[in-house]
Amino acid sequence: MGRYLTRRVLQFIPVFLGATLLIFIMVWIIPGDPIRALAGDRAMPESVRAALTEEYNLDKPAWQQYWLYISGVFQGDFGTDFRGRPVSELMGQRIPITARLAILAFGFEVIIGIAAGIVAGVRKGNYLDNLVLTSTLVVIAIPIFVLGFLAQLLLGVQFPIFPVAGIREGWFSYLLPALVLGSVSLAYIARLTRAALVENLRADYVRTATSKGLSRLRVVGVHTLRNSMIPVVTFLAIDLGALMGGAIITETIFNIPGIGRAVFEGVQRQEGTVVVGIVTFLVFIYLIANLVVDVLYAVLDPRIRYE
Amino acid sequence: MSDRVAITGDIELPDEHVDEATEDRVASLWGDAWRALIRKPIFVISALLILIMMVMAVFPGLFTSKDPRSCPLSEALQTPSAEHWFGTDVQGCDYYARTIYGARVSITIGLIVTTFALTIALVGGSISGYYGGIVDTLIARVTDMWFAIPTILGGIVILALFQNRGVAQVSLVLIVLGWPTMLRLVRSSVISVKETEYVDSARALGATDFRIITRHILPNSLAPVIVYATITVGVVIAAEAALSFLNVGLQLPAISWGLMISTAQNRILTSPHLLFFPGAVLSITVFSFILMGDALRDALDPKLR
Repeated sequence: MGRYLTRRVLQFIPVFLGATLLIFIMVWIIPGDPIRALAGDRAMPESVRAALTEEYNLDKPAWQQYWLYISGVFQGDFGTDFRGRPVSELMGQRIPITARLAILAFGFEVIIGIAAGIVAGVRKGNYLDNLVLTSTLVVIAIPIFVLGFLAQLLLGVQFPIFPVAGIREGWFSYLLPALVLGSVSLAYIARLTRAALVENLRADYVRTATSKGLSRLRVVGVHTLRNSMIPVVTFLAIDLGALMGGAIITETIFNIPGIGRAVFEGVQRQEGTVVVGIVTFLVFIYLIANLVVDVLYAVLDPRIRYE
Repeated sequence: MSDRVAITGDIELPDEHVDEATEDRVASLWGDAWRALIRKPIFVISALLILIMMVMAVFPGLFTSKDPRSCPLSEALQTPSAEHWFGTDVQGCDYYARTIYGARVSITIGLIVTTFALTIALVGGSISGYYGGIVDTLIARVTDMWFAIPTILGGIVILALFQNRGVAQVSLVLIVLGWPTMLRLVRSSVISVKETEYVDSARALGATDFRIITRHILPNSLAPVIVYATITVGVVIAAEAALSFLNVGLQLPAISWGLMISTAQNRILTSPHLLFFPGAVLSITVFSFILMGDALRDALDPKLR
């Protein structure tokens, strides 16, 4: 286990550096001169221009820029945007908002998704099973931004239960966006849980448990469910990536000033430091989540061994 | 012949039935799957819907005689009527015609991206899975790096680089971000097949690596990949629409469902039909491909029978 962990962490480092380098290269070859754009219509004195170019390391070769940047990141310095505000300050403001949205969405996914999956899986083929299968397929098929507008129109405008947009009403205003954000993954989790449960309920150890005289609740809830959670946990980690993309769309629809909107605005304004900073941070989170899941396997399934 | 009749237990079987039974016996996985598929209503429905979308993409003129680009401003923002089935948009264009013509970019991007990503995945995945060792490690790490960039997030970052974004640029970006998942799938599928006896015997007979991979390994590891590729077409179509919706995908005057929804979002209160129709057609298209993938999985995976 210890050796496995070390190897996984060592693998994580080049992957993280590689992915961030890819993003860095892509963003910094955005055509256009951000320093000139800063000056607007008026011409900028050559000395100021040179000073700014040097300050942002734009005169150095790309690999050196990357190295200076990434070593700064590990010291918590994400650089400044072109108006002199530290990117970490912007992130500090925006991340809690998106985190709240994502935690709620994750909660919806896990609780409703797994519950629906269990309900469908324990009695394969009955009407509840078919209901779950059909409704999840419909949710998966509707693109998230169509679903977002539908929810906004129905539950925000036609039947004004939830606020239409913005975050003025605290946690309550996050509910609808979070449900929309989590909906597709919720459907996947329900289907995954169901499929795993159906397959595992046929396993020998389940028959043994049943013939030992254990209650149905214990057989399904403890013995089967634990092994059925493996594909779900894997999915949750991969899903974090989709959640980030979804957050950009959901935050646009519901006008939530989170990190997704910040990336989007950064791209529109050609603010490389903002885009690279946030995307680097998100990739980091994403990779950490995948690392945690790999370790969680061992806890969930004793059959998985590490050499 | 008489033996077979005895096996089926039906003495009065006419000759043609016997022939069918013989055919069944030599049938491959694909033959079995095909026979299971055409009996499934889900498969037939999704295949029909996809066929309609394809025809719509190639010959939009069959569905509407109106020109989606002739837009009399005097007819702007009409609700659906006999004259304009889906109403008109803010510039007075016939919305039904625009929805029909929108199928072309969606289907094109969906198919192009899936084909190219699949090709990269098949080549990379079979090399990685078949040879293993240092090649495998190298390919796996590069895949991991790309895999670490979420699709929509990466799409926004890369697409912002292009001043003019057409079908080619959007497809390119979605290919670049889409292949890693597929490659991992091919790789694991190839690994599970390469230890089988028939691969050993092919090697013992002196077959080249290329022949073993293309004739023995790939055909037998293709089933899960085909299922995933079918679903990917739907996912790609949704991703294109999402990027266009965020204004980093296709640009006007292109006709695309994502763009239509993006334009409609400012008027969802006054003209909800502008959001509804492209949204519905987009959903149906994505739905068909996912449904088709589901039906294929049921037919190709003997474990689920």
